Amino acid sequence: MVFALIGNQNSGKTTLFNQLTGSNQHVGNFPGVTVEKKMGPVKGLKDVQVVDLPGIYSLSPYTSEELVSRDVLLKDKPDAIIDIVDATNIERNLYLTLQLMELGLPIIVALNMMDEVRESGTTIDIAAMEKELGIPMVPIAANKNEGVDELIRRAVETAKNRAVPEHFDFCTQAVHKAIHSIAHIVEEKAKAAGLAPRFASTKLIEGDAPMEELLGVSEVEKDIIGHIVDEMTDTLGTDREAAIVDMRYSYIEELCGKTVKKTGESKAQQRSYRIDSVLTHKYLSIPIFIGVMATIFYLTFGPVGTYLADGFSALVDSGIAYVDGFLTAAAVSDWLHSLVIDGILAGVGSVLSFLPPILMLFFFLSILEDTGYMARVAFVMDRLLRKIGLSGHSLVPMLVGFGCSVPAIMAARTLYSESDRKISIFLVPFMSCGAKLPIYAAFTAAFFPHNASLVVTGLYVLGVIVAIFAAWLLRNTAFKGNPVPFIMELPAYRFPTVKNVMLHMWDKAKEFIKRAFTIIFAASVVIWFLNTFNWQFNIVADNADSILASIGRLIAPIFAPLGFGDWRASTALITGLTAKETVVSTLSVLTGATSDAALTPALQGLFSPLSAVSFLVFTLLYMPCVAALSATRKELGSGRLALSAMAFQTAMAWAVALVVFTFGKLLGLG
Amino acid sequence: MTLDQGAIGVDYRILTVGGEGVLRRRLLDMGLTPGTKVCIRKVAPLGDPLELTVRGYQLTLRKEDAARMTVALYEEAAPEGGKGMGGRFHGIRTDR
Repeated sequence: MVFALIGNQNSGKTTLFNQLTGSNQHVGNFPGVTVEKKMGPVKGLKDVQVVDLPGIYSLSPYTSEELVSRDVLLKDKPDAIIDIVDATNIERNLYLTLQLMELGLPIIVALNMMDEVRESGTTIDIAAMEKELGIPMVPIAANKNEGVDELIRRAVETAKNRAVPEHFDFCTQAVHKAIHSIAHIVEEKAKAAGLAPRFASTKLIEGDAPMEELLGVSEVEKDIIGHIVDEMTDTLGTDREAAIVDMRYSYIEELCGKTVKKTGESKAQQRSYRIDSVLTHKYLSIPIFIGVMATIFYLTFGPVGTYLADGFSALVDSGIAYVDGFLTAAAVSDWLHSLVIDGILAGVGSVLSFLPPILMLFFFLSILEDTGYMARVAFVMDRLLRKIGLSGHSLVPMLVGFGCSVPAIMAARTLYSESDRKISIFLVPFMSCGAKLPIYAAFTAAFFPHNASLVVTGLYVLGVIVAIFAAWLLRNTAFKGNPVPFIMELPAYRFPTVKNVMLHMWDKAKEFIKRAFTIIFAASVVIWFLNTFNWQFNIVADNADSILASIGRLIAPIFAPLGFGDWRASTALITGLTAKETVVSTLSVLTGATSDAALTPALQGLFSPLSAVSFLVFTLLYMPCVAALSATRKELGSGRLALSAMAFQTAMAWAVALVVFTFGKLLGLG
Repeated sequence: MTLDQGAIGVDYRILTVGGEGVLRRRLLDMGLTPGTKVCIRKVAPLGDPLELTVRGYQLTLRKEDAARMTVALYEEAAPEGGKGMGGRFHGIRTDR
């Protein structure tokens, strides 16, 4: 048995999904779109699955989320729909409900947030509403796990009985006439396509192009339908889409007028007003936001974060040492020993040591999202992001990129518009990630010891400027797409449940670890191999003779115009693909610098101050590590697109570094 | 007048909803339909977007999108004729 869970955003759908499935969730993407798909078995029941559909407000044909949901509901035909309704916002939520009812599938409504409704003194005559609508409605409070058992029980019943909503008419005369006439015309085609004629008819009135295509409406039929619709709109004095929308909302207003007695705004809403008077205050909101982000970064990368990271690193290191000892004792062959220790464990280990900060970033991100503060940030900062063709939603994901690209790319999932999501994902790597800091540190120590902060800050700022330019470029070329309008609900502030936050973190951690042991594993092995062997497949004593070095020599000329055409520089950049920190370690090894102190003169021998800057600019902007590549591929849903993102970033890096170096030379900076 | 010209804290009734395609549909779907009461709660610190109260919840809307909706003060535009769609739209069609 399969249930489809659907409802507005902020209606507590994720909370309910988590209550139903526990930690047993499978997260993926819907094919072809950057829309997340979650499924899981319902706890305590045999053979019952629930699919979490995206949070949507309507079944219009305009956004990927809506289209994907329609697809699942029409093609996969779940055994029942569980429609979760935020009872504190009931009018707007029932709007989707009415559309779902038209589908002709068994449906049950979960009336969520009933605890808040009771608290505010509002009463809802659920029995009366059930009777009017003709579908079961179960009061629940998902975050407190109230009513969920009853919901499942009745949902199973509904599915078993195939209890579809009876066709009742909540439409007024003119619309009623139109819907029925058109339903009659397309009845055969609708049934052939497995659709309820009423749903097909309503969509046709709305001018739904995908529906016309799905049914294979002929020109003649289109004409007739057009006439019927014209008659309807003439009578009503409004256009076809507004007519249908209005029909539903009028009915809802009437229904709620009879069954919902509101005594005033809910306590949660009033509390939200008070909190917002500070958090979206004219002068305080932006400083507060900066403070919040600064706190998050401080906790993640400052004392607390590094304490946890170091602890975890130490754990990983001791694990590696143990394996090392074991391999030595077992007198394993040199190359195997090297493969395991220098290749696999070093590579995977260094990336795994990033796990604590990444988890912390996810933790904070999920709190920001679940409390509702993220929506406020989007609201406050939208105007700024407008100017570069994005919306307020893109800000936090991009900011997270200053910590690590991987959670940032994954956070882009929350953006509404698909083109916004894509552009944001392309831009994230320009936000200088934490792993690049060791590179900056090594170079500023060697070339700009007195201006280190200035140089590093300059790099960060340059990254942002390039991102802004790239956004403009992408928005006007590759991702022109109709931007989804920025019309967003500001939900009442709510306390995130521990369960949700923990599940969220665990979900992401699982993803990250999986990634570490697959693609990073593979990349580490490949780089190790290229670095250890020469073309005769003999182990080399000196890395300068390895395959990797010869590849480095091959591509070195590409970097000559940028000022660092030495094969050691290009080789180091290649190793930077596993993790950015390895750029420095590779340079050390290849220049024979055996200690930190020896690194400075080694670098000075390899670069000039200007070419050092050029090199830094290149590392700032070029494609990120394979972990980020893997995340990009997953979020974009296409390997090809991910590779083009990498190409784009690397091309940008090359171009900007060229500009910097050439300018520098022209200005005589050497 | 259009909604973006409205004053904060004043109740308006939506008269028409303009725009097209996904924008218009989104406005309508979110409950901003002709005849609905709407109020501007506040303006974002940087001047845009607006925070509106409609159908009991808070919605953000950019000024340029709000400009697509014509509104009138809530009391003034009470339509003649009975409740229901017929009455409402008769009220709007006459010149006011």
